[in-house]
Amino acid sequence: MTDNGLALEIRDLTVAYQEKPVLWDIDLQVPKGVLMAIVGPNGAGKSTLIKAALGLVPAAAGQVLIHSRPYLQQRGLVGYVPQRGSVDWDFPTNALDVVLMGLYRQIGWIRRPRRREREMAMESLNTVGMADYADRQISQLSGGQQQRVFLARALVQDAQIYFMDEPFAGVDATTERAIIAVLRQLRDAGKTLIVVHHDLHTVSEYFDWLTLLNVRCIANGPIDDTFTSDNLRQTYGGRVAFITEDGELPDDRSRTDSKLIAA
Amino acid sequence: MLGNILYDLLFDYTLRTVALGTAALGLTSGILGSFAVLRKQSLLGDAIAHAALPGVALAFLLTGSRDPLLLVLGAALAGWLGALFVMGVTRQTRIKQDAALGVVLSVFFGFGMVLLTIIQRMPTASKAGLDRFLFGQAATLLARDVLTTAGLGSIAVTIVILLWKEFKLLSFDPAYTQSMGYPVQRLDVLLTTLTVIAIVVGLQTVGVVLMSAMLVAPAAAARQWTNRLEPMVLLSGTFGALVGVLGAITSAQVAQLPTGPTIVLYMSGVVLVSLMIAPERGVVAQLRRRRRQRVQFAAEVLTIHLLNHESGTNAEFETAIVHLQQHLQWDKEFAQRVTRWIVTNGLAERTDGHLRLTAYGRETARRAMTH
Repeated sequence: MTDNGLALEIRDLTVAYQEKPVLWDIDLQVPKGVLMAIVGPNGAGKSTLIKAALGLVPAAAGQVLIHSRPYLQQRGLVGYVPQRGSVDWDFPTNALDVVLMGLYRQIGWIRRPRRREREMAMESLNTVGMADYADRQISQLSGGQQQRVFLARALVQDAQIYFMDEPFAGVDATTERAIIAVLRQLRDAGKTLIVVHHDLHTVSEYFDWLTLLNVRCIANGPIDDTFTSDNLRQTYGGRVAFITEDGELPDDRSRTDSKLIAA
Repeated sequence: MLGNILYDLLFDYTLRTVALGTAALGLTSGILGSFAVLRKQSLLGDAIAHAALPGVALAFLLTGSRDPLLLVLGAALAGWLGALFVMGVTRQTRIKQDAALGVVLSVFFGFGMVLLTIIQRMPTASKAGLDRFLFGQAATLLARDVLTTAGLGSIAVTIVILLWKEFKLLSFDPAYTQSMGYPVQRLDVLLTTLTVIAIVVGLQTVGVVLMSAMLVAPAAAARQWTNRLEPMVLLSGTFGALVGVLGAITSAQVAQLPTGPTIVLYMSGVVLVSLMIAPERGVVAQLRRRRRQRVQFAAEVLTIHLLNHESGTNAEFETAIVHLQQHLQWDKEFAQRVTRWIVTNGLAERTDGHLRLTAYGRETARRAMTH
């Protein structure tokens, strides 16, 4: 198969839970080096799309290609940041240890992490501004700090394409700024980032590529072409009437509303 | 008395054998139990233990042999089947894990009891002594029983040591583990199989009814004392081995005392003490912390109160220590404690019956208000 320059290509993907489709016939093309948001209402299948792309949930039909090859052959290229709520943070371990987990494949079976790997993990913690918390038991970190530890764990994998499930959910402003700065750095280094996002009013500020999802794929492309009131209306139903023609949100009141709808 | 016990432990052949056996099973179940607890599979252990009973009975019925390895094998197969059944049902159907556990536990155990009754009625097999699998009887442990326990236990523990990273990752974040390309399902089945081994080697000594306590209790106690996985697993294994030996000794000293309940009673003691007095996570430490936080918060409230009334017309009245109780509606003892705290921490000074904020106290109050 020849390289078509796409970081991620999804063809005719359908995912069903108990025969009830959660994703219908998704076609998606994401070029390399973009920072893409997946946006859509609750139950739109945003997390499922990521999980199906990573092979964590089985597809009823369709195909996922990462850098032009099936996912199973490309796992080394992929980094994953799960939802923060998906693990028990009372697990007996510290922040550095969690980041080290990102290197386990590289370290290999049976062998233990050594100093070099520890240094890499520290460096990664440093990138997300968490170096001071390396020894902290993870339950003693704030939500935003936990999210940054998860990000550091994915960074240390040095992947080419990152899938992130709601990295901005429930984090403080400091963390949001830190995360978006890291994401931009990664994109500028040529990596591809695919991010499930909730907050409509930061979409055009943070991202340069967008997928609007509501069981079907409503739109997929550069942010300027896709972030339109027409597309949003199709994605969210009639509930986004306050968005003006050019897709901008006119005032603070509707900003709050947009958050409410997207939340 | 203590000297005698120590002497027996070293030189009494029977007691030494039994103690070695219970130590080996305590160590194994303590180590594997840590993972079971962290993976929220405490109850799976209970289902496995109960599900193992028909395996023991069937192994005996089919072969007529009482060879420990054979009975343990039968127990392992049945326990494993039960575990796979629970995992399969949970994954494939809408039935939740607790329901699947309940069904497996009672159906397998009931079937096992039926088989035991049949065996007991058989004239030739009446002395099979399989009923010791219910509550455990350490006194009947023979050298080859101990060898079976120790042998299987060391295999299980060795695999845990070799796959330490992978099991840790799997226990903490299975989805991420899978995204990295690990064969998660196979690792999951392997770890569960090791748990099954840890359980079945203890059945003869502790019994199916109480075996899950040997899995869960040491881990729960060990978690109290540390925030790292390595020390937790080590400590859990140590607790298991220790109460195993203690239970064996006691059970040997007192006639007709079943080993399982004795060991579990000791283990409960360890858990209770750990729950109460462990630093940080213990109940006592938590109560103390909560009390300190209450005083700390009250001190902040008091600095704000003092700041607000510092320059007012009724400042003299509002800052008088005797009036504090009235204004802030604190009882006398609490008000005194807060006053003491605020003075010793340099937030305010006590001068002729009044509290006056220091510069540091003013700063603290302002910071507290802007939060």
